[in-house]
Amino acid sequence: MKDLISNINKVFESRVRLGIMSVLMVNDTYDFNSLKETLDVTDGNLASHLKALEEKGMIKVSKQFIGRKPNTSYSATETGITGFRQHLKALENLIKEQ
Amino acid sequence: MKSDTKSIEDIKAIRKIMEESSRFLSLSGLSGIFAGVTAIAGALVAYFFILDNGNIHYDEYFRSLPAKETLSLRWQIIADAASVLVISVLFSLYFSIKKAKRDGKNFWSPVSRRLLINLFIPLATGGIFIIVLILQNHIQLIVPCFLIFYGLALVNAGKFTFGEIFYLGLLEIITGLASAFVPGWGLIFWIFGFGILHIAYGVAMYRKYEA
Repeated sequence: MKDLISNINKVFESRVRLGIMSVLMVNDTYDFNSLKETLDVTDGNLASHLKALEEKGMIKVSKQFIGRKPNTSYSATETGITGFRQHLKALENLIKEQ
Repeated sequence: MKSDTKSIEDIKAIRKIMEESSRFLSLSGLSGIFAGVTAIAGALVAYFFILDNGNIHYDEYFRSLPAKETLSLRWQIIADAASVLVISVLFSLYFSIKKAKRDGKNFWSPVSRRLLINLFIPLATGGIFIIVLILQNHIQLIVPCFLIFYGLALVNAGKFTFGEIFYLGLLEIITGLASAFVPGWGLIFWIFGFGILHIAYGVAMYRKYEA
């Protein structure tokens, strides 16, 4: 039982963070506004979770300008991808165990 | 087991988000039906008005004439085909935007952009190549090229929308290759590939996902 829990990553323990990682697992990059629409969350809420994931090295941020508009896009890092896979595996094992 | 149901729900949510963020699911079956009807209408216009009730067979007739004299006829056929394309695209955009709105989604998203880019690279290549065929008077290859490049575009776009689009694309490619082997039957293959296949696909998709 201890083994199962050890792979559950605290960083991902929020619906919004799970959502962000899910999107970035299947898309190379995704911009802030599209993330907001897909996950149906507020600016502030999304920004704080993105910041947390970035600080843990799970995602990386790139800022550029499209015309004059700033555009912030996000992508998952290697750490983020392997970490999220392990987290998913752990979730699945937890379900199977019961 | 509270944590258990939570994990199950988490995984369900993850699957749904992965699917929705990587595939464009607002494509409506109605687009297929309309595109099919438009294509058949376009073929009828070509047969009755441009080809003089089928009295003009473009292989024999065209080859015996100097290319200059048939140019206007060739452009009429192309204008006809282009109108079919424009009307179909406008209708499919209309139905998709409507469906996206109904599902509370935004039509313009990273997924729809990716879908369009992947659709338009083979389509634009085919379009330009077909213009070359017209200018060089290879009329018998126009319908096969339309079908083949359109099929390739669908196969390419299949990864970003319903998987069924991939198979529709394969059928269009097969129809296009078959029509290349049987010159002179372009209109029939056109009606089958763009008309009947689209209507059958549209009806099937509408019943499966929308009705």
